[in-house]
Amino acid sequence: MEFIENYMYYIASFGLILIGLYIMLVKKNLIKIIIGLSIIDTGVNILLISVGYLKEGTAPIFSREGLLPSRMVDPVPQALVLTAIVIGVAILALALTLAIVLYRHYGTLNVRKIRNLKW
Amino acid sequence: MRKVISFILIVIIAAGVFFSLEEVPFGATKSRVREYYLDNGIKQTGAANIVTSVVVNYRGFDTLGEVTVLFLASIGLSAVLYRKKEERGKKRRESSLILYTGCRFLFPLILLFGSYIFIHGHLTPGGGFQGGAVVASGFLLTMLGCWGWEGVNRNRFKITESLSGLAFVVIGLLGLLYGGYFLFNYLPKGIPNQLFSAGIIPLVYIAIGFKVGSEIAGIINDMVRSG
Repeated sequence: MEFIENYMYYIASFGLILIGLYIMLVKKNLIKIIIGLSIIDTGVNILLISVGYLKEGTAPIFSREGLLPSRMVDPVPQALVLTAIVIGVAILALALTLAIVLYRHYGTLNVRKIRNLKW
Repeated sequence: MRKVISFILIVIIAAGVFFSLEEVPFGATKSRVREYYLDNGIKQTGAANIVTSVVVNYRGFDTLGEVTVLFLASIGLSAVLYRKKEERGKKRRESSLILYTGCRFLFPLILLFGSYIFIHGHLTPGGGFQGGAVVASGFLLTMLGCWGWEGVNRNRFKITESLSGLAFVVIGLLGLLYGGYFLFNYLPKGIPNQLFSAGIIPLVYIAIGFKVGSEIAGIINDMVRSG
C-alpha cells in the first residue's frame, strides 16, 4: 500500500504510456492509433513533471516574500513540458492531416487494408 | 495473435521500467541544476517565474528550436492539405443568432485573456506558448461560430507568424551585438515582480505568443478549410 502511495504518479504515467503503446500496436483504425499517440504524449508529460516533484513543494515562482528556493519544485521539467505540450498539439494535427489524406486516397482508415502498412 | 504478442511486449517493458524506477524516489528531487536555477535565477534574469527564465533565458536557443519544430509542422500540414479551389468542400451552414452574437462577444475577451497570459509570462504561471494557445482557441471559435473560414485571411496568419519569428531572432542577434552571445539579456533587469522587468524575457515571450497563436490558428484554419 505504501508502495502505491509513494509511486502513484509513476504508476499512472507509465500506465498511460503502456496503454497508448498497446492501442498503437493492436488497433487497426488510424484515428484510434493517433489517439494512442496522444495518450503516450500525456503520459510522458506527467512522468516528466512527477520526476521533478518535491514533497510539499511550491511552484517555482517568487510571487511573494518568504518563499524558499529549497522548497520549490524542479523548474526544468516544467519548462520542457511547457514546450512539449504545444509541440504535441502540432504533431497531433500533422498526424490527423496525414490520416485525412490517406482516407482521401484509399477510401478507408483501416491500416490492414491500406497497402504496405500491415504487420 | 497480434494482441498476445503486443501484451507480452507491454509486460516486458513494464517490468523493465519497474526495476529501473525503484532507484528514483518520488517527491525527493535531487538535481543540482534545479538548485542553481532556483538560487541564482532571480538575480541573473530578473524574472520572478523561474520556469520562464529557464525557457527564455537559460534555454532560449532550445526554445527557438522548438518554435521551429512547430513552424515545420504547420508548413507540412498546409503542404499536405493543399487542394485546388474547385475541389474544396461545400459551403457551410449559417450559424444561429445566439451562436453568432455570443461568438462575436467572446472573441475579443479571449484575445485579451490570451495576450494577458503572454505579456505576464515572467510574473505568473503563463507565457507565450499558453497564451498563444488561448489566442488560437479564440480564432477556432470564430471559424466555427461566426465568420467561417471564408472570413479569415490565411495570409495574415503567415505574415504574423513570419514577423514574430523574425522578431525573436532579431532580439537574439542584438544580444550577440551587445553582449557577445545569442539571446544575451541586454536590457535592464528592473525590480522583480513588476511588469517592466526581466530585460528581454517579456519581449521574447510576446514574440513567441504571437508566433504560437498565429501558427495554431493557421493549422486550425487549414484543417477547417479542407474538411
